[in-house]
Amino acid sequence: MRDAKKISEQPSFDVWKVRRDFPALNQTVHEKKLVYLDNAATSQKPQTVIDAVSHFYSQDCSNIHRGVHTLSERATKSYEEAREKVRQFIGARSTKEIIFVRGATEAINLVAQTYGRTCLKEGDEIIISAMEHHSNIVPWQILCEQRKTRLRVIPMNDRGELLLEELARLLGPRTKLLSVVHVSNALGTINPVKKIISMAHQFGVPVLIDGAQAVPHLTVNVQDLDCDFYTFSSHKVYGPTGVGVLYGKEALLEKMPPYQGGGDMISSVTFEKTLYNTLPYRFEAGTPNIAGGIGLGRAIDYLNHEVGIEVASHYEKELLDYATEQISKIPGVRIIGTASEKMGVLSFVFDDIHPHDVGTLLDEEGIAIRTGHHCAQPVMERFKVPATCRASFSFYNTKEEVDALVRGLHKVREVFK
Amino acid sequence: MSEARELYQEIILDHNKKPRNFFKLEKADLTAEGYNPICGDRISVYLQMDGDHISNITFQGSGCAISKASASLMTSSIKGKSKEEAEDLVGKFRKLIMGEAPGDDLGKLTVFEGVSEFPARVKCASLAWHTLQAALEKKRETVSTE
Repeated sequence: MRDAKKISEQPSFDVWKVRRDFPALNQTVHEKKLVYLDNAATSQKPQTVIDAVSHFYSQDCSNIHRGVHTLSERATKSYEEAREKVRQFIGARSTKEIIFVRGATEAINLVAQTYGRTCLKEGDEIIISAMEHHSNIVPWQILCEQRKTRLRVIPMNDRGELLLEELARLLGPRTKLLSVVHVSNALGTINPVKKIISMAHQFGVPVLIDGAQAVPHLTVNVQDLDCDFYTFSSHKVYGPTGVGVLYGKEALLEKMPPYQGGGDMISSVTFEKTLYNTLPYRFEAGTPNIAGGIGLGRAIDYLNHEVGIEVASHYEKELLDYATEQISKIPGVRIIGTASEKMGVLSFVFDDIHPHDVGTLLDEEGIAIRTGHHCAQPVMERFKVPATCRASFSFYNTKEEVDALVRGLHKVREVFK
Repeated sequence: MSEARELYQEIILDHNKKPRNFFKLEKADLTAEGYNPICGDRISVYLQMDGDHISNITFQGSGCAISKASASLMTSSIKGKSKEEAEDLVGKFRKLIMGEAPGDDLGKLTVFEGVSEFPARVKCASLAWHTLQAALEKKRETVSTE
């Protein structure tokens, strides 16, 4: 308890204050106080984001980019302001480089089906890593079938760290694209993406970084990283579901053909010829998730002004270290993913209790964790486990909640003794 | 842990720890494989037939306590039954875990009644039974719960 105080008494970060901003945290599950430790799946939303979405539907509801009436102008302004907030949030050069999509998954599919389909040909190679989410595997496998290209995989060690010397061996004249995760959703590993990008660039290979688990925890600057594409989902960074971001360097986006055809992505249409719209609208066919985009903008404001991503990040790291230390002490528990650089995620298994049994028993205690393969089956195979238990943390989680998880896990042990 | 504790009754924990008929039948007449892609559980069911009767039934595989205990108790209750009786039991067990019918005549299998309170776990309990059904129907490809 003394240690818990030490964390919460840090002048820069008051966890009990930010917790009040998240209405969903304040509830009971099975008559127990909710302990929400499934943040890598989706984060809870602060009231201000919920209000922004509600405000759009109750006051500004209209379509964007075409109406001349007041509501449409208000909605367009809010939506485009959100795009500017995203630009600043990830340090992009221009809002032309910020494309709103449905989520990180769609962003990767977009790159595979536009850049990939036009720039890759038979015999070319795409490099991914052994710790990818299915969303950074399957779009490339689809492309490989279409273009007869080959998928290569950077292996990892037993701690869950990528082997960069193996990447050096994989890179070559056939390599045409590298797509790698920034922070692993199954292991928590923070990959040295800046180094990986610079290795790829020596071979003129463009790099996509899947930042879905990084953006909620780390300050990201795409110009500093010098990545060619960066993707993330709004709902994991305290914004609404159904909206996400594809960042792409303008020069690359300019070369890419459209993804989907329809309204908003054109400048003029006749039956003979259609002229496509300019960036970023060329990749945004149809009416987008307007409320979602506005909500994401508000979530970014909240992170910047109410929380402070740097102090939150520091606090989250302390929390993860504390949880790792406590859970390692439970008899029969093995941590999966022990990289030296980790963030947000703690995956573990009991030697004789299946994760699903753990998950069901913890839920009874009001504790929400994820159990399963976390859409990363190759990672499970690499560590020879069918599934793991995954506790994932946000800045609104407390040391007391980690203690509740540890107590819950001891109870699970009791049931299966 | 009231409801969940009820789910994990002694008999389920016992069959999880010491699964019965948990080996491969080398001379099986019918076999099938089952897979639950959501949790990665895999199971193989092996049957020896004597005409229309199941003279022996065993299983192998990995999974959670619910799926393992369900497979173990299934083999115990199926051995010696006719194909028709076995199929009838598959149907009754499915209704039990879906909460559609009480399992008054299902003996030990009634311990799985509580599964219906946990929709996410129904597939764990049904995997072995799906696989048995597939073996009886002589299906060759792996059956999936999805």
